This record gives sequence, C-alpha cells and structure tokens, in this order.
Amino acid sequence: MTPLVLLDGVSRAFGGAMAVYSLTLEVARGRTTVLVGPSGSGKSTVLRMMVGLVRPDAGRVLFEGRPLTEASAPAERLRMGLVLQGGGLFPHLTVEGNVALVARHLGWPEPRIQARLDALLGRVQLPRAVLPRTPAELSGGQRQRVSLVRALMLEPALLLLDEPLGALDPIIRSELQDDLKATFHALETTVVLVTHDLAEAAYLGDTLVLLRDGRIVQEGTAADLVHRPADPFVERFVRAQRALPLGAQE
Amino acid sequence: MRACLAVLGLVLGAGEVRVGSKGFTESVVLGEIATRALAASGVPAAHVRELGGTRILWEALQRGDLDVYPEYTGTLAEEIFSGRVRSTLDAIRPALAASGVEVGAVLGFSNGYALGMRQPVAERLGIRRFSDLLRHPELRFAFSNEFLDRGDGWRALQRAYGFPQKDVRGMDHDLAYRGLEAGAVDVTDLYTTDAEIRALGLRVLEDDRRHFPDYQAVLLVRTGAATPQVRAALARLEGRISAPEMVAMNARAKLDHVPEARVAAEYLQGAGLASAPAQLPGVVDRFLKNLRDHLVLVAVSLAGAVLIGLPLGILAARRARLGQAVLGAVGILQTLPSLALLVLMIPLLGIGARPAIAALFLYGLLPVVRNTHAGLTGISAELREAAEALGLSRWTRLVRIDLPLASPSILAGIQTSAVICVGTATLGALVGAGGFGQPILTGIRLADVGLLLQGAVPAALLALAVQGAFELLGWWLIPRGLRFSGSEAR
Repeated sequence: MTPLVLLDGVSRAFGGAMAVYSLTLEVARGRTTVLVGPSGSGKSTVLRMMVGLVRPDAGRVLFEGRPLTEASAPAERLRMGLVLQGGGLFPHLTVEGNVALVARHLGWPEPRIQARLDALLGRVQLPRAVLPRTPAELSGGQRQRVSLVRALMLEPALLLLDEPLGALDPIIRSELQDDLKATFHALETTVVLVTHDLAEAAYLGDTLVLLRDGRIVQEGTAADLVHRPADPFVERFVRAQRALPLGAQE
Repeated sequence: MRACLAVLGLVLGAGEVRVGSKGFTESVVLGEIATRALAASGVPAAHVRELGGTRILWEALQRGDLDVYPEYTGTLAEEIFSGRVRSTLDAIRPALAASGVEVGAVLGFSNGYALGMRQPVAERLGIRRFSDLLRHPELRFAFSNEFLDRGDGWRALQRAYGFPQKDVRGMDHDLAYRGLEAGAVDVTDLYTTDAEIRALGLRVLEDDRRHFPDYQAVLLVRTGAATPQVRAALARLEGRISAPEMVAMNARAKLDHVPEARVAAEYLQGAGLASAPAQLPGVVDRFLKNLRDHLVLVAVSLAGAVLIGLPLGILAARRARLGQAVLGAVGILQTLPSLALLVLMIPLLGIGARPAIAALFLYGLLPVVRNTHAGLTGISAELREAAEALGLSRWTRLVRIDLPLASPSILAGIQTSAVICVGTATLGALVGAGGFGQPILTGIRLADVGLLLQGAVPAALLALAVQGAFELLGWWLIPRGLRFSGSEAR
C-alpha cells in the first residue's frame, strides 16, 4: 500500500539558508506522525510542503501517489485539513462561517452541513452556542477547537497540525491534548503534528520523527528515542525534558 | 457607460448654442448679453460662465465645446496669434477664418490699456491726451506691477512719448486707485472700461499717438455653429455698446453687486433688443443646481476611481514589483497641482464636466489604490496560509476572504477619495463644470464674501456629510468581527 504522503528527497532553502535538506519521509495511513525537534529544525517547513504551502527546491511531494504541484494543490487540499498555532480563524466570519465556508462553497446541502457540525462540535466538546460568535469572542482554547472542527469538516484524508497547542496555558493545553488524542483515535484519520514538546509528541504520536537542521535524526516510537537514541543529540533532546521531582518529598 | 454619457450630455447641455465667458466681470456681462440676445431671437442658448482664461476659451471654441464668446482684438493678436497679425479687424478676420472662427459682432467699445486721472485734476491742468502729460513733469505716476514689467507697458510707453516724470512707482492696482482717490497719486494705468472710472470720477486720457494696441470688443462665433439665425441674432448687437455704457454695466455688476444676468437683461431691454424682463433663478434654484452639478462631478469621478482603483490595488498587492510601479505612478498623479491637471485635460476633453471628472478621477485613484494594496498586504501570514490551505480557487479566496479582511482599509481609502473629490470639485468651475465652485469663483471676482460663502459653506458641509455617510456605510459593510479590533487583521 502506498503511503498517504511521500516526501522524496526534498530540499528547500530560505534566503540561502537550508531549511530542509534532502529529506525523505513516508507518512503511513491511519497513524499519527509527530514531527518533533528544536526551533529551526525544519519541522514546520516539512509540514507546509505536505499541503503545498511551501514548494521544495528539489525533490518531490506525492499525495496518495500523485505529485502535488501548483496546479493540483487546490483540489488536493480539499482532502486535507490544517490547524495553525493561532487557529488561523478568519475574523470577519462567525464560527459557523469559518467552519462551513468551504462546504457551503462546494454546495453541500444545509442539513448535511448541520449534521456534520453537530457531530464535530460534540467531538471537540463545544456547544452550538459558539456558532454565531466571532473568533474575537472566543478563548484561546475554544479557537483551537473551532480550528480543528474547520479542518475536519470535509472529512479529510490527512489532518495537519502546526504547534496547535503552543500558545495555550498548561491546563487547557493538557485538556486539549486529551481531546486531540481521543479525536485521532475515533476518526482513524492520518495525522501529522508538529511540536517541539517531546512529552506531547510521545503522548499523541504513534511515530516520532526527530529533526535537526533540516534532516531526520531518528524516526521511531517514543520508546525508541528514549531507550535507543541514534546519536548524542537525541539523548540531549530527550534529557532536556525535565520530569517533575514527584515522590522526592515525604 | 451610456448612462455616464447621458449625464455628461445633461451637464453640458447638448443642442444649445453655448456661450462662454472669462473669469472677469465684463466678460461675464457680455456673455450674458450674447446669451440673452440669442434667446430673444429664438435661438436656445446657455452661458458657461467664468472659464479659466483665454487659452481655455479659444481651445473650447476650436473643439466645438463652445460656440460663442466675447474677446478683444488686442488679445487675439497678442495671445492667440502671438503678434503675427496686427490688432486691427482687417488683419484679424482672415486669421480667424483660417481657424474656423468669425466675428459675429463688433460691439462698439474698446477695453484697452489707457492712463487715467481724476476728473477735477485733469480739468484744472487741462489734460485730455497722453501728450498733455509732457507739460507736467511734477505729476506722480503709480502703475500696476504688471503694467510696469510688461514689454509693451510703461517702458515702451515712455519711449514712445518721452515722458519726463521721475516719480513712477509700481503697486497693486487697487492700491493705485486708493492712492488716486486720496490724492497721493495723479496718474495710473487702467482698462478703458474699468468700473472704477465711474466710481472714482476718472477721466480716461486719449492715446493720441496710438501706442497701445486696439482692444475692440467682439463676439467670436465658431463658423460651424454660425447658422443664419445665430448670425442674425449676434448682428443685432453690432456697434450697440459704447465705452461709457460698458463702464456703467461693469460698475453695476462689480460695485453695486447686481447679478450680471440682471445687468445684461436691463441693458438689452433699454436698448430695445429684448423685451423679456430678467428672469433670475432664485437662491434656492441656484443652490440646487450647484448641488446637483457638484454631486454629479463627485459621484462619476468617485465611481471611476473605485472601479479602476480597486483592481489596480489588487494587482499591486499580487505582483510586488508591478505594485511598486503602480503605486509610484498614481502617487505622481497626486503631486500634480490640481489647477494644472484641469488645464491639461482641456485639449483632450474640452470644457465642462468631462475634464473636471477626469481630473477628479485621477486624484481619487491614489487613496483607493494605496488602501486596497495596504489592506491586502496587511493580512497576516497565518491568515493567508489558512486561506490557501482551504483549497479554494484564487478568485473565491479573494472575494470571500481577502477583500472582506481588507474592507476596513479599502473603505477608508474610498472615504478619503470622496472627501478629496468634494473639495477639489470646487475647482471644476474654472473649466465650466459648475458646482459649488461657481459661487466661490464669482465671490472672489466680486470680492463678495456672502457669495463666496454660498459656495464654500455647502462644499464644506457636503464633505462632512460624505464623511458621515461613509462612517454609516462602514458600520453596515464591514463584517462585525473586524469592528472590535479596528482595521487590523489578526
């Protein structure tokens, strides 16, 4: 079975600096792949290549075996959903306007839209009362939930999330991590998530891809990274996640 | 487009004989006389008053935007034919004919340069002619600065007559008249039909060596418009206006503030050339006509600025390098002085509403283009990525996402453009476009503050009303979610 997404030797430079260097990666269907690494490691660039927002200077991107080109990207994007760090909600539209924008444009019948909305709002634990609000009237956590609903509206084959929880405070962040994990499992959709937080990556991801300087350092489960680090950098990255000194107190 | 042309036709008054006049009282009075004389002979005629200057009228006549206007032989010889012909009727008629213009009537008076003195002083010293001044070297001369500097002014005059006077000063023309009145000045330059001749009791001295060129008043008519009826109507004015009559009419209009239309009607009635008493539009009618003209100028030019400016702004936002060129070009348009732009439009578009609308349109472009560009390029990177990732076509993205996000900025640009247009449209009167500039222009010419305010106050109020209307429009058009945080796209 072909992988859902295949990055085949892709490279990309920004102003002379290499962001991604001859990178090859397969995204397996139905699983959650987490791109993890320090700032500037190229993980966000890799994610943007998958949706065609960034074009590789060399190499190619295949989506379901078909090359993703400038011409084919708009149609393929209807089968992908993207959640950005700030939510990326359009301030001029209501929550419903944001979520149903593309479905309405595609001419979905209204009952189908409403049924889908109900299902997704229940899934992310939002009341219907948020639908007429504007994004400015939502909390940060609500915005990310709405953004997730928007991304899932068309039942995408691929869900992409770029640091979706990076701007949230710890309690809401942890709640959302639970909701995300439950959603990924329930929908059995293919997910690619970017984070710099190894604990989050370990909690949500089936496969972790650790990047550094635009290259893949190690690919595997969280246990692989912790117990069988490929090189000293992986060890350092793992050790940098401090555990709380629980149980040290009497 | 057809509707625009129809509006323009209404504004320009198609089908009538169009009589023009320059922006000084005598020309306006003569324009009124010609218009009413034509109407009295059953030829429908309209007066396009107070146009910018000789060149504007001459070119409008050439283009067929005007059919008739009052002119002077000296001006034709000097300014139109650049001194290539002498300022006699015999020399000028063939030159005019070559341009498709003929003399409809020689009115009977001249309005040329002359020298004047107060009547009692001239009487006491026995001065009637320029040569008589040679016997009185003690006389104090005060000339308008223009007359002092002109090649054919004071220096040439002094050479021609050999005047011995030492006390010769340049000053503002009005000040020279005041000096004459107070006895501080004895002799000044004047035009032979100045209103002040009557008001101050001046004697116009005779240019006995014929130094100054002749400035006989004539009505020019475009040969293409000179139907037998038009010729006959104008011919009835031949030789009918004497210099003292013209001085009296100028004084009535300029010093007594009698509207030119009434001065002209009374003259025609007195001369037995027209029987109808002066039917003057009331203050309300004039106000409504000015308002309508002004609104048409602003609405048509603003609509053009939005229809062209919005796509240009979108293009500028999409193509960075082209965008710089577009913004630079419309920016340069903005730096052109509005008066210059209006005059530049005349050879292309003639007179009336068209050149004014074209100039206003060009002025209105920059705010629309710049704010559209700024609004679109100001959309945050995250929103742009979110929009692109949705998989919508570029057109749908533009209409559903980009333009609504930029709408506060775009609307602010259109608002700025509208307010600029309302203000600048007052200059349209200089090229015959009407509007609230008309009373301002007349008010300046007659130093009549009341009349000036009849144009300036409504124009200012209209600008405020437009500003307010756009605030309301914004409340209605700008999506709710964008109002809380202002124009900034989060």
